[in-house]
Amino acid sequence: MFSALIKIFFFPGFLFMATYSLFLEYLDRKVYARLQNRIGPPWYQPLADLLKLLGKETIIPAGANRRMFQTLPVISLCATASAFVYVPVLGKASSGAFEGDLIIVLYLLTVPTVCLFLAGWYSRGVYATIGSVRTLTQMFAYEVPLFMALLAPALIAKTWSVSGMTEFYSKHPLYILLNIPALFVALVAGQGKLERAPFDLPEAETEIVSGALVEYSGKLLAIFKMSVDCELVLIASLISAIFMPFMTGIAFLDFLLYLIKTIAVLLFLALMRSSMARLRMDQMIGFCWKVLTPIAVVQIILNLVIRGGLAL
Amino acid sequence: MNENEKKGTNRIVIPIGPQHPSLKEPGCFTIVLEGEKVVDAHIGIGYNHRGLEKACESRNYIQTLYLIERVCGICSHTHSTAYCQGIEELTGLSIPKRAAYIRVIVAELERLHSHLLWLGVAAHEIGFDTLFMYTWRDREKVLDILADVCGNRVNYGINTIGGVRRDIDDEMLKNMSKVLDFLQDQLKYYLDLALTETTLSARLAGIGKLSREEALSFGAVGPVARAAGIEEDIRVIEPYAAYPEIPVKIVTDTHADVFGRTIVRIKEMLESLEIIRFCIKNLPGGEIAVKAPRRIPAGEVISRTEAPRGENIHYIRSNGTDILDRIRVRAPSEANWHGMRHMLQGEYLADVPITIAAIDPCYSCTDRAIVVNSGSKTEVMDWQALRQFGIEWHKKRGIDLSAIKMPERKIYSL
Repeated sequence: MFSALIKIFFFPGFLFMATYSLFLEYLDRKVYARLQNRIGPPWYQPLADLLKLLGKETIIPAGANRRMFQTLPVISLCATASAFVYVPVLGKASSGAFEGDLIIVLYLLTVPTVCLFLAGWYSRGVYATIGSVRTLTQMFAYEVPLFMALLAPALIAKTWSVSGMTEFYSKHPLYILLNIPALFVALVAGQGKLERAPFDLPEAETEIVSGALVEYSGKLLAIFKMSVDCELVLIASLISAIFMPFMTGIAFLDFLLYLIKTIAVLLFLALMRSSMARLRMDQMIGFCWKVLTPIAVVQIILNLVIRGGLAL
Repeated sequence: MNENEKKGTNRIVIPIGPQHPSLKEPGCFTIVLEGEKVVDAHIGIGYNHRGLEKACESRNYIQTLYLIERVCGICSHTHSTAYCQGIEELTGLSIPKRAAYIRVIVAELERLHSHLLWLGVAAHEIGFDTLFMYTWRDREKVLDILADVCGNRVNYGINTIGGVRRDIDDEMLKNMSKVLDFLQDQLKYYLDLALTETTLSARLAGIGKLSREEALSFGAVGPVARAAGIEEDIRVIEPYAAYPEIPVKIVTDTHADVFGRTIVRIKEMLESLEIIRFCIKNLPGGEIAVKAPRRIPAGEVISRTEAPRGENIHYIRSNGTDILDRIRVRAPSEANWHGMRHMLQGEYLADVPITIAAIDPCYSCTDRAIVVNSGSKTEVMDWQALRQFGIEWHKKRGIDLSAIKMPERKIYSL
């Protein structure tokens, strides 16, 4: 009981995720800056930003729904933290692993996006409303390819558990090569999920100021930002657990490998962010449905055929 | 929104401005949306009126020069050139050749830094911050030479009536050549990027269409007109300063959209490099200025220059004293605003900022005090009427200003 609590709240649970999210945010900003020929922030900048926001006054707009406005950031962060329990960090198994936890993770991944939509909707601002509608529209574009890409490897592994998939693929590392198209789809759709350029329409600063979160300030904004950062950790961990399950068997080395893998995912996402212009909504939806979804469908068919053909 | 609900449409009215992250100066664009599509747009400018034209009428010609330079923060040189040219024409002065060449060098450096600035702003508007950082880094190099040549990064203060105030020495020219070579590579890279990067062209192509005929009927100038295939460049059609001796190619494009304007601006920068190189090679020796009289003979003149944003027109009327009678500055942005509503209609909301940015708007150059009554009738107030209006406005609020004596102004008529 006690060790389970430690695992959930401290390591590799919430506290680790929060700390690591600050580090990944720093790395993301630093790499983004270096790619743009800038110096970038010092290592403590994300923490300083967080503390600054926590100390600021929280303003709730008069027209907003007070209760929803205050609870949504917390729900968003909780959902991300809960999902993290099912993602393996230390070794092959996550602390809360059970058969079918992949579905739970995918479900919990949707919650922050819906929270963001509701947050914008309940703030009652023009920019917030447009931003939240964009959040939802964008969700319908990337959600399908993202889910299909994450489910395709499960077909070969014959398990609906993230830990089970890691276990299977670390035993049969050659099967990973089959999932490379799905990895690509997951990375790109993950970028959409995280609402980063070129898919940062919901918070497009030059168009709708900062979208759904425009009315948020102070502690509530800090929690929302934290939840977005944690989502980054979650996506990076999930992708590295499913698509790069290389293990040594030694706990310490595995943890190092985990760091290297998640940082590799982050570097790819940062590179993508810095080398493209923001897409328009119609272009984004067209791209997700015409490019990403067909690739994911082909991957699923391929995996089904292989599963049948090899009689795994 | 209630009115629209009655009509049974899903129209949302969203204000962009007066304060908005995509606007670098205050202006208010009221956008009527149906979903993400713009059905109508109202352009509200006039937040930045500074009364510069009026202020010029109470200063002597040299003081006015410094004021005119501050009409625009980005293209200050083109305004002071237009002003000096006008005064020189009124007095019949001809400036030394070296001065004319220095004016051209500074004008082209200004075009370089203005277009690089625009490229960065445009990239930022479409969420491509990397290009924004790159172009502004390169712009610093141009500003460094400008500081080297003029002593200032902006508001160069190099023009004076009868020539220029500072000379260029060989070391400056050598530094300049080095920077020009650096910029040549960078600009070629940006041109390549604009032509090949898919997200960039996807966001720019087909946006803010203004065809050749529309551009002509709305009176568009500068890169907006040239992107629609109109061969219009004051440097060629009415060459001033040293331009008669310099080969200038007019850069045009047939896209007639934001993409075309981007291509035109990048190619124009490459053209500017050639012009500066020509000037460095053929810079004549001699004096840099001739002495100008304090009193300017009575008359009126129209002086035109090619600003980075397009044709810049100054109308100057003098009355034989050391203070000018009237100056009217028609900044290029003013001509380009007219087609804006047309360009915005039928676009996506996401394309509104880049469409507005594509004319490279300069708000404060454009804003004038014009009284609009009930949105239909427009009238221009003269000095007395404006003063009377001010007195009554304050009277309503309990302050009586009518006792303050103002100097009588003689209106000179030809």
